[in-house]
Amino acid sequence: MARADLMAAAARHRAALAAAALLVFPLLMPFKAIAVNILVQGLFAVGFNLLYGYLGLLSFGHAALLGSGAYACGIVLVRFGWPWWAALAAGPLGGMAIAAAIGALAIRTRGIYFAMVTLALAQCLYFIAYQATGWTGGENGLRGVNIAAIRLAGLRIDLVDPLHRYYFVAVFVIAALFALSRILASPFGAVMEAVRENEARARACGYDIRTTRWLAFVLSGGFCGLAGALQAIHLGIVPVETLYYTTSGLVVMMTLLGGAGTFFGPFIGAGLFGMLEELVSLWTVHWQLVVGVVFVACVLFFPRGVWGTLLAGRGR
Amino acid sequence: MNDPPILRTENLGKRFGPFVALRGITAEFRAGALTAIIGPNGAGKSTYFNLLSGALAPSEGRILFEGRDITGTPQHRFAHLGIAKSFQITTVFPQLPALENVRVAAQARVARYDIWRPRARLHDLLAEAETLLDTVGLARHRDRPASTLAHGEQRALEIAMALAVRPRLLLLDEPTAGMSPEETRSMMELIVRLAAARTVILVEHKMRLVMGISDRILVLHHGELLAQGTPDDIRRNDTVRRVYLGQREH
Ligand SMILES: Nc1ncnc2c1ncn2[C@@H]1O[C@H](COP(=O)(O)OP(=O)(O)OP(=O)(O)O)[C@@H](O)[C@H]1O
Ligand SMILES: [Mg+2]
Repeated sequence: MARADLMAAAARHRAALAAAALLVFPLLMPFKAIAVNILVQGLFAVGFNLLYGYLGLLSFGHAALLGSGAYACGIVLVRFGWPWWAALAAGPLGGMAIAAAIGALAIRTRGIYFAMVTLALAQCLYFIAYQATGWTGGENGLRGVNIAAIRLAGLRIDLVDPLHRYYFVAVFVIAALFALSRILASPFGAVMEAVRENEARARACGYDIRTTRWLAFVLSGGFCGLAGALQAIHLGIVPVETLYYTTSGLVVMMTLLGGAGTFFGPFIGAGLFGMLEELVSLWTVHWQLVVGVVFVACVLFFPRGVWGTLLAGRGR
Repeated sequence: MNDPPILRTENLGKRFGPFVALRGITAEFRAGALTAIIGPNGAGKSTYFNLLSGALAPSEGRILFEGRDITGTPQHRFAHLGIAKSFQITTVFPQLPALENVRVAAQARVARYDIWRPRARLHDLLAEAETLLDTVGLARHRDRPASTLAHGEQRALEIAMALAVRPRLLLLDEPTAGMSPEETRSMMELIVRLAAARTVILVEHKMRLVMGISDRILVLHHGELLAQGTPDDIRRNDTVRRVYLGQREH
């Protein structure tokens, strides 16, 4: 009983606990630049998880949402010289705008068709970005997305320093997690659960399934767009591959590996992926093969993902 | 007796490809009455029910609710109009606690796209859900996931969820399907209680279950309206007897 109470308390303060974990993480992690990668990829997976884990909708086009956030941020910064905070805000807005458009078309379909339509639309966006070199830099990527240093309330944040950069990014990721927690606890969060559990019943209760899915898709676009903007600032460049379908596949894998439908799982998945990639590529060029095998093994033996399995063990 | 009907179907029909599941059903349902739709397996009862509840679009004909043509209205709007239903196959939210099942059903009336207010702040809904669980006799199971409830309890839960819509018209498709005799008895008692306060349309293929409690009965057979009337009319009807004879009553 005490353990159940503890679990319930942990669930109530999930955002604060996740924030604490993210704040401690770089102190334990020798490679700070990878830590930033994991943070950004984790947020991307959080956005994907909102749709897949909580609503049960599998998208194969999430690269479009990450990429549009990254390009929105990069373009207004590089081409229009917006201040960093406005460029950062352009990320989630860009992600939501593209999500609104893709979502409006894709939510008419379901299951594998939904995955295929999102994939196809995301690939369209990739080809557009590839061609529109004047805006996006085409295959060379959008270069020069640099913010050297930020002065904030007398504080100087030096973004060239990996630890500074980590905490700069972490502030936004943590804010996003508090927002997510709030959305999940909202009436709409309950609607998403209901739709995932049983569409026919949700409809009979009076919920419009399409609008529900569309709104969730747009919200997902907000989180992924923010991740894209942070990634652009972190890397200093928006590679056109950000929009490529492999990025969409990656976020599916990270989320499944960590634990779909869990609050912190996406970060665990992103972390495992980031570490695996880094460590395995040190001793073999075929690291993708090894990572793939680990992924398949995880999906077969821990269908709830690493974090999901741990939580299930604890809850009992 | 001269009140306008709460629901009226005109020449309602449904085809699945070339197969005609339902044809030319013209019928009226009186407000406040308990009407049973009976007929042997495959008669088209669920098809008719699904047309009335908006789950299927008719191939022909019209449906009028409170005098208003609602043919082709999207399914989720039916709840907003005041029409709720329970399915022939139990349809609840299996992983969610019983109370949350009913609470989220009630929430559809007030907050469908609110992404910011904490849901716990909608106190009224919680109180309402508790009352409804109590009405169907599930108050003590409020925190159990719906999937862990017994079959009969899940069916009762589904009815509580339908009531959370605050329907003026309650549609029930074989609410006693797969139930034990005791469960069936308490379900029929519940239906009679519910029918005292609202219009109920009940689909059932076991004729004897509805004879004692219905105000009116419609008999479907091979997709057509075979007969309608009071239970006494139906009991005396020779055609109905022929249809039900030779077919075992379960
Ligand atoms: N979606 C569908 N596609 C094709 N045929 C269907 C479909 N739904 C129902 N039917 C057919 O329509 C006929 C009527 O089915 P319906 O489910 O309405 O019967 P019912 O009276 O509810 O029977 P039961 O007592 O078994 O529930 C049956 O022959 C059935 O096979
Ligand atoms: Mg049926």
